[in-house]
Amino acid sequence: MTDPTDPPGDAAPHEPDPRLLEILVCPVTRGPLEYDRDAQELVSKSARLAYPIRDGIPIMLPEEARELDGES
Amino acid sequence: MRARAAEELLDRLRDVNRSFARGLELGGGGAFARLRAASAEAGDKVAWLASADLSAAALARTPGPRVVADEERLTFMDAAFDVVLAPLSLHWTNDLPGALIQIRHVLKPDGLFLGALLGGATLTELRGCLLDAEAELTGGAAARVSPAADLADVAGLLQRAGFALPVADADVLTVRYADPFALLRDLRALGETAALAERSPALRREVLARAAALYAQRHADPDGRVRATFEMIFLTGWAPHESQPRPLKPGAAATRLADALGVTERSAGEKTGPGRR
Repeated sequence: MTDPTDPPGDAAPHEPDPRLLEILVCPVTRGPLEYDRDAQELVSKSARLAYPIRDGIPIMLPEEARELDGES
Repeated sequence: MRARAAEELLDRLRDVNRSFARGLELGGGGAFARLRAASAEAGDKVAWLASADLSAAALARTPGPRVVADEERLTFMDAAFDVVLAPLSLHWTNDLPGALIQIRHVLKPDGLFLGALLGGATLTELRGCLLDAEAELTGGAAARVSPAADLADVAGLLQRAGFALPVADADVLTVRYADPFALLRDLRALGETAALAERSPALRREVLARAAALYAQRHADPDGRVRATFEMIFLTGWAPHESQPRPLKPGAAATRLADALGVTERSAGEKTGPGRR
């Protein structure tokens, strides 16, 4: 399971394909996402959730997401 | 089985006289992405492909962009894709109509959806043996094999989900296994065994043994190998677009049928019976 084949072409091994990021929306609100490169998270302000990215794979499941508190 | 479904879908893609800029593989654990990586032709057909699956583990061996997502809660913008491929995954969803509607939304106008799912004739042998064995030993029976869809149902669902030119067709394959346990191992590898486990009481060992004996008795070939039936249903539908052929309104014909046939038009006279059709 620790053997992700690198995507052919553009994207760096452990970062999601930029073209994939372009078309992702929040599965709960269908609102836009912000890519936090340092934290490797996709942040949905509308759902107040941060979806993790593991080994370059965005995990777009609300039950796996981190809840955002306070204002972000 | 998945690889086989992915190949069938590629076959159907070949029949379509265009290529697709952006594709999504939904479920299927990257089977199509692997096929695409191995075949230049498939690479030409779908220039960019992302694979989505509910299980991160299923995506581990998948080349190309990947995302973990729920088929019942798609995480893509509307009109993001030119083609959506679903090799053997949709019979898993609790809400197939909902999933189809979401797929149509993420397709561009004139985008293509191709799906394969297991149909109602799948594993009839196993269902029968399990039911009989359980009834014999416990006096009752519970569903052990996931319920599957029927051809007529899914064709109607495609249409109701708003797909244009919907087509559903089925292919029945017979797979031979060394013994009934080899079949169960294969099903387990596909992840098809436990879908209903939470709902029914655990399968008792003697029931399983009895079912295996019945299976070997009823469905063995002379060489001792046993047969299992899989029905694959293939779905094709297009996101609606103006360029697609559609039926005209009655009475909207621009030429007369009689002219096309080169005959003189005559009044039909009295109707012969009540009701049309």
